[in-house]
Amino acid sequence: MSQADLTMEVHTTGLTVGPAFSIPTKKLAMWLFIIADTMTFAACLVAYGFLRNGTPDWPRPFHSITNVAIMTFILLTSSLTMLLGLRSARAGDKAGAFRWTMITAAAGIVFALLHIREWMGLINEGMTLFKNPWGTGLFGASFFSITGLHLTHVTGGVIALLVVGVRYKGGRYNADDIEILGLYWHFVDLVWMFVVPLVYLLNLTH
Amino acid sequence: MHDVAAHAAHHAPPTSFIRKHVFSLDHKVIGKQYYALALVAALVGMVLSWFMRIHLAWTNAAIPGLQLLSPNGAPGGVMTPEYYLQLMTMHGTIMVFFVLTTAPFAAFGNFFLPIQVGAEDMPFPHFNMMSFWVTFVAFLVLMSSFFVGDGPTLGGWTQYAPLNAVGSVAGPGQGAGVVLWAISIALFCVGQLLGALNFIPTTLDLRVKGMSLMRLPLSAWAWFITSCMGLTAFAVLMPACILVILDHVAGTSFFVASNLVMNDQMLPHSGGSTLLWQHLFWFFGHPEVYIAIIPGIGIVSHILITNMRKPMLSQRVLIYSMGALAVLSYMVYGHHMFVSGMNPFSSLAFSFPTLVITIPSSIVVLIWTFSLYGSKLRINSASLFALGFISMFVSGGVSGFFLAQPSIDIMLHATYFVVGHFHLVMGVAAMFGIFAGTYFWFPKMAGRMMNETLGKIHFWLSFVGAYCIFMPFHYLGMAGNVRRYSTFVDDFLQPLIPVHRFITIAALITGAAQLIFLYNLIHSRFWGAPAPDNPWEATSLEWSTATPPPWDNFGGKHPVVYHDPYQYGVQSSVGDYVMQTSPEQVKTEHEEK
Repeated sequence: MSQADLTMEVHTTGLTVGPAFSIPTKKLAMWLFIIADTMTFAACLVAYGFLRNGTPDWPRPFHSITNVAIMTFILLTSSLTMLLGLRSARAGDKAGAFRWTMITAAAGIVFALLHIREWMGLINEGMTLFKNPWGTGLFGASFFSITGLHLTHVTGGVIALLVVGVRYKGGRYNADDIEILGLYWHFVDLVWMFVVPLVYLLNLTH
Repeated sequence: MHDVAAHAAHHAPPTSFIRKHVFSLDHKVIGKQYYALALVAALVGMVLSWFMRIHLAWTNAAIPGLQLLSPNGAPGGVMTPEYYLQLMTMHGTIMVFFVLTTAPFAAFGNFFLPIQVGAEDMPFPHFNMMSFWVTFVAFLVLMSSFFVGDGPTLGGWTQYAPLNAVGSVAGPGQGAGVVLWAISIALFCVGQLLGALNFIPTTLDLRVKGMSLMRLPLSAWAWFITSCMGLTAFAVLMPACILVILDHVAGTSFFVASNLVMNDQMLPHSGGSTLLWQHLFWFFGHPEVYIAIIPGIGIVSHILITNMRKPMLSQRVLIYSMGALAVLSYMVYGHHMFVSGMNPFSSLAFSFPTLVITIPSSIVVLIWTFSLYGSKLRINSASLFALGFISMFVSGGVSGFFLAQPSIDIMLHATYFVVGHFHLVMGVAAMFGIFAGTYFWFPKMAGRMMNETLGKIHFWLSFVGAYCIFMPFHYLGMAGNVRRYSTFVDDFLQPLIPVHRFITIAALITGAAQLIFLYNLIHSRFWGAPAPDNPWEATSLEWSTATPPPWDNFGGKHPVVYHDPYQYGVQSSVGDYVMQTSPEQVKTEHEEK
């Protein structure tokens, strides 16, 4: 049993009533973080919609959905591998859980690389934070801000996956920690499912 | 985060000075640190308001020493119009964020929420420590803008676009000043989010045996509801501040419309929306008003019950009303934007919930009033300030009925009427909540009693003074006195100058009266009479432990809770009350379940 588990028990067992609604404290904290993060993404996406509706020369520069479809496929698959990792961890299969966690992290890295490649392509076409060849400069600003915020989350998630995976293998973390990290990873995935239609599909060339 | 949780254990109290008093993980020390920060911030904010008031009443009067703070902003001690606005912005920002949010919520909440639920500490002490120090850095960043470039920003605490996004062309402080402001507020948001991540699990997960949700004291409920609001509101302001910073440093134009001409210059920005900032800001800004006041509602209820020696008419309805205030506060934010050029139908849509939100507010006030009716209230500094809170809350709240209606608000919005409204209902009321909490909990926090005579003098001077300052604001507003002007040169404003002078004199006297409080606080901290464990004969858990509480709050024991929080007016072995931790059964138990 890890030190983290011992210390959490000080608060949640013995004479205390135990966690409300059967949710451990660390898991509750992750859900709260997700709620706050949802508000942050919602603010950005609503602001994007507000600006897009109010701007007549909004550009629609994307010609194909191939790249974003591949990225989406990879990220969705990584949610599945995350689940497989959790299932292995719950079943006590340490090696399997470690392997699936690393595969998830690898999928995150591939997603990030594809994303950066797409960014570089757009930058080479002349798109910056304040101007682009197709229309209002706001497009670049919102595109880079929203996808950048998401990419930051993916990057943070990959680092967390690597750290938690290695420490899980070393015995410091257990299946619960993998589950909590999984919540975050699925959230990053879910947010992407809002980013794709709003930022990519709405801006496809007719 | 896993690392942080791993250190949550409280095996032994810290021994080094730094771990004990500076980078402490103890929620009680962090609460005191927040209180000290709020105290310093309140003093700074108050002095700034003095400067502003003197300038408003005697326009060309030199304020000795002001030229040292800013040689350009106040040459010879006479402030320029721009510098007036800069001081006003700093006054608002400091007071709203670093006093009204930190003191009632972060300071008292940190100290007493874990004790009131019976916990040893918050679940994530490292987050808690970071929460304070990030807030502290945010305060330093904000203060530093006094000394950088051409001073702090002049855009007001609401920082409206496009002036907040176009840079120095919009005036002194609109370059580096705004960037520092936005960095400071973004950091502040991070600090409060970390706080909320601790407060909510503390309330839900760390309650001791027998402490059901309905057995939580009203103050604990208020902090819990407030932290739920903080979690969602600050998460919206933070990205908004980052977008402002991007507009400054990365050349974006989220908040600047295209073809904007300012000071005869065509600005290079294109395409943004000025209204977008107001939407993002007020979606945070209105909940923020309730983040400032709901802890006050909880603290005041807690104190009044203790001094009335009977519970409120309905604890449950009071809790539901606070919850309703919290939920509704997100739906009314557009009432700040009636004159901003929104679609008039939007104004209607925001006016309706604004009138609806007066219902839970009124229910809270009615519960207080009818509970007070016929009770033998023990008069002390804490209960006086609690009564003062109700008075200010009602006086300031009543003008909200007027302002909620777009047709009236359009007339009054840009006048001193609104300034009077929010200073009474959110500023002074919340301050009275802080004072009430201080007089009530100081014995537990510092281990010594405060001087009651000085406390009562402080109350009467503050109470009368606050009305002398802020009631005339309503009259000024109805007479058409616009706000955010540094001097009143129009003919129709000349007859109002004596009113301004009266307000300024009242403000100086009331401000000086706060020095009594400061003296009382410092003197009592070191030389006050030692406080017993339960000086007010109160029932909740913070009074069942030693004074001041030991490192793990209950000295290695886990308290067990047997009663609802407010068992007053009963017959027991200790008097007319039963503590929550007492296993004693009493005949007429007040049950909320």
